[in-house]
Amino acid sequence: MNERSRVGFLVHNEGDHVGVAVEDVPPGPAVAVYMDSDREAAVEALEPIPLGHKIALTDLAAAADVIEYGVRVAMTRAAIGRGQLVHVHNVRSARWEGSR
Amino acid sequence: MSALLGYRRPDGRVGVRNRVVILPVDDLSNAACERVADVVPGTVALPHHYGRLQYGEDLELTFRTLIGTGANPNVAAAVVVCIEPNWARRVADGIAATGKPVEVFSIERYGDLVTIASAARAAQRLLQAASELRPEPVERRELLLSIKCGESDTTTGLGSCPTVSQVVDRHVTDGGTVIFGETTELTGGEDLIAGRCQDPAVRAAFQRMYDGYIAELERSNANLLGSQPTEGNIRGGLSTIEEKALGNIAKTGTVPVVDALEPAVAPTRPGLNFMDSSSAAAEFITLMGAAGAVIHLFPTGQGNIIGNPIVPVIKVTANPLTATTMAEHIDLDVSGLLRRDYALAEAGDRLMALVERTANGRLTCAEALGHREFVLTKLYRSA
Repeated sequence: MNERSRVGFLVHNEGDHVGVAVEDVPPGPAVAVYMDSDREAAVEALEPIPLGHKIALTDLAAAADVIEYGVRVAMTRAAIGRGQLVHVHNVRSARWEGSR
Repeated sequence: MSALLGYRRPDGRVGVRNRVVILPVDDLSNAACERVADVVPGTVALPHHYGRLQYGEDLELTFRTLIGTGANPNVAAAVVVCIEPNWARRVADGIAATGKPVEVFSIERYGDLVTIASAARAAQRLLQAASELRPEPVERRELLLSIKCGESDTTTGLGSCPTVSQVVDRHVTDGGTVIFGETTELTGGEDLIAGRCQDPAVRAAFQRMYDGYIAELERSNANLLGSQPTEGNIRGGLSTIEEKALGNIAKTGTVPVVDALEPAVAPTRPGLNFMDSSSAAAEFITLMGAAGAVIHLFPTGQGNIIGNPIVPVIKVTANPLTATTMAEHIDLDVSGLLRRDYALAEAGDRLMALVERTANGRLTCAEALGHREFVLTKLYRSA
C-alpha cells in the first residue's frame, strides 16, 4: 500500500455491519480498515461520525440484526442507510427489553 | 528485564506492596481506624459502610471480603477494630491464618479514645516491623492479576481491552493466574465465555451464576437500560449492553476459563478464573483484592479514575481524547492502536513491562493521586 491513506474507521471483523470512527470523521469519503484481514474499504460518511461512534457499512432494514465483532450486538429501530451514524437513536439492545 | 521483586508472605503468596492496614469490621469502627491511620501515617485505614445486622450469605460475603483483604499478600500486617470482640476475633483469626501479624481491638467497655491509643501503639509496632521486610526475587507468574474495564467506549473494544488480552494470554501461558468477572456485562457474549469453560462442571457453575444474576436483575422489574450502557458508555459511542459485553470480553484473551468462583473467593486453579461479581469498579476491585489479586489491569475509554487501597490499579486507554484530557489518570496510552502506529503485540509488550515496573514499586496514577476506593458488595439489606 502507499503512504497509507488516513484511516477513519476500524472494523472488527469481515462481515460486520458497522465500523468505529477512530477520530471525528466529517461527512464525505473515508477509509475503513478491517482489523481481522487488514483489508481497506472506501466508505462515504453521510453525516459527522464522532470519535468512537459507528457508521453503517451496509444498508440495514428495520428490525434487522446489527453485526459487530462477528456477532449480533443490536437490532435496528428503523431502516439505516449505508454511511449513516448508528447509535441509540436508531438501534437498541436485542437482549434487554425497554431499551431506549 | 531486571529481576522482579516481591514480598513473599508466610503463606507463600507474593505481594508487590507492603501495606499495614487498619481494618474496621463495621461502620461504627471507621472513626477509630481513621484516627489510628492519622497518628501512624504509614498505615492505611479501610473505612466502609457495613458490618452490622447482616445475615446469611450477605454476612458471609462481608466476612470473606474483610478477611481476604487483610490476608492479601500486598498486606504485611493488619490491625482489626470492631465495636464488639466476637466478630473482631473472627476477622482477625481469618487473617492470622495466613501467618502474618494481626492485632485486634474492640471498642465496647473501652470507648474510642482508649481503643485508638492501644491500636495506634500496635499499628506503629507492626509498621516498623513491616519496614524491615525486604522484597525478594519472584517469578512473574506468582503475581495474581485481575482485570476489569470501566467507563468503556468503543475504543476499549478496539484497543485497550485487546492490549490487556495480550497480557492475560501470556501470563496464563507462563503459569500465572488472572481473574475476570462482571457477570451481567457479559450479556450478549455469555455463550462465548461458557464455550471457553474448560469442562462441563465449570460451564454449569458459570451458567448458574450468570442466570442467577440476570434473574435477580429481572426480579427488580427496573428498566436497566438507564444503567446499562451507562451515560458515559453512550457518550463514548456504545449503543447496547451486547456491544459493551463484546468489548469487555475482548480483554479476557483466548485461554480457557478454569473455574467459576463465588465473590471474594481466592482462586485455587492456575489460569483464567471467572468470578461472579458486579461491574461497579470499586466493588469489583475490592472483591479482587479479597481474592488475593496484587495488581489490577483496568482498560478505560471515557476515563474511569478508580483506585484501591491495597491493589495497584493500572489504567490503559486507547481513547486519544481521554489520554490527553485525563493524562494524570492514564498509566498507558495505546491510542496509537487506533492510528495503526504499532501492532497489538507491541502494545502488549508495553503493558507487560508496566506490570513488572508496578510490581517493582512504580506507583500507579491512582496510587499517586490517592485513590483508595474500598467498597463492600452488599447482597441484600441488613436485618
